[in-house]
Amino acid sequence: MLGYYFNNLLGTLPFFMKGLWMTIMVSGISLVAGSILGFVVGITRSSRIPVLRYVLAAYIDFMRGTPFLVQIFIVFFIFPEWGIQMDAFTAAVLSLSVYAGAYVSEIVSGGMDSIPPGQIEAAASSGLSWFQRLRYVIMPQAMRPILPPLVGQYVLLIKDSSVISVIGLTDVTRVGWLTVQRIPEGLMVFGLVGILYFLICYPLIRLSNWFENRLTIQEFKI
Amino acid sequence: MLESFNFRVIWEYMPLFGHGILATAWISMISIIGAMLIGVMACMARLSHFKIFVVPAVVYIEAIRSTPLLAQLYFFYFGLPSMGIRMNEYQTGIMALCLNSGAYIAEILRAGVQSIPSGHIEAGSASGLNYLQRLRYIIMPQAIGITIPPLLGQAIVLVKDSALLSLISVVELTRAGQLMNSERFMPAEGFFTTALCYLILYHILKSLSTMWQKKLIYRPAV
Repeated sequence: MLGYYFNNLLGTLPFFMKGLWMTIMVSGISLVAGSILGFVVGITRSSRIPVLRYVLAAYIDFMRGTPFLVQIFIVFFIFPEWGIQMDAFTAAVLSLSVYAGAYVSEIVSGGMDSIPPGQIEAAASSGLSWFQRLRYVIMPQAMRPILPPLVGQYVLLIKDSSVISVIGLTDVTRVGWLTVQRIPEGLMVFGLVGILYFLICYPLIRLSNWFENRLTIQEFKI
Repeated sequence: MLESFNFRVIWEYMPLFGHGILATAWISMISIIGAMLIGVMACMARLSHFKIFVVPAVVYIEAIRSTPLLAQLYFFYFGLPSMGIRMNEYQTGIMALCLNSGAYIAEILRAGVQSIPSGHIEAGSASGLNYLQRLRYIIMPQAIGITIPPLLGQAIVLVKDSALLSLISVVELTRAGQLMNSERFMPAEGFFTTALCYLILYHILKSLSTMWQKKLIYRPAV
């Protein structure tokens, strides 16, 4: 019986590959959009503009304080009520990027705050403009504490992208959910789903660890 | 937006949301205790000197960390019955949450233990403390101070992750919002109330975390 199911599962493999492609595409687009949003928000937060600061803090608080599942329901069910129509793919990418942006911005502003203020003052007094300070003084140093958690955040993003299956996008998790209705071997089907996620996420986790080791060895030590 | 909010219906559904908050709270509470137990055991196995303990611990931790919780949840939900193990959805959900957070907690604890300079442990054994005494008087007091904030962060993540249990029909906060949405066709009222409840839980945990941080981190190092 198990062998029969296994052969059936092998038959559905192309279907799984399609789901994998969907997962990669959704998380890839959101990864880029979320990073851009996160860097913009993080840099804005660190420059301490009075009103904007509280608005951004509220945004980050909402994103970090509510589950992603609830956020995607808000985007998918409530936005149409307000007259903003969008298909499931757009809703998924939008909510995933806005969600990831909040976490990335926390990492970015944390990294920027780790730079001693003396350096920024020195840069300002030697006549660098705001953008030059950011480009030549702050960012090259801030990337060191930013990079490892950023890659870690990308892993979380790919994993969180499994939640988009609830609004009907056929990513790997949804393919597994659909397959298990026909092949009632949950361990086998979702084992395969797990392996597919593992293949994407594990190299990224190793990359994050590698960054961490490499970047901390170079740290200045007395 | 807000003027069309129907607060009467929200008020009518308050008992359901109260039930949801309580369910989320107790599910998270049980899961965090279970996850701590699993995490401590996995961490001890991971750091032991015997390969038979290390290898399963590494496999468990890496497998959990590189697959999404939703896939794990479905793995148990659809997989256990086909193995002949019957559990209700609450037990399945709590088990998945425990196993998921346990892996992360194991890594947090490992980072805490490994952050202690080996000189301290060597000094301990040089002054004649045995393994248990070293653990009790040297490693634990230092490791706990470092690990409490990330552990509380993990507790926040767990509360948010418990929202996914609504997908296997556990009645908790998110499910309450979904029920209100499907019975009254009021997505805005339903999901914003859910989000607000999560924000309250989040802020309670976050203030706990800052309290502990002040208490533990700023204690002068002796």
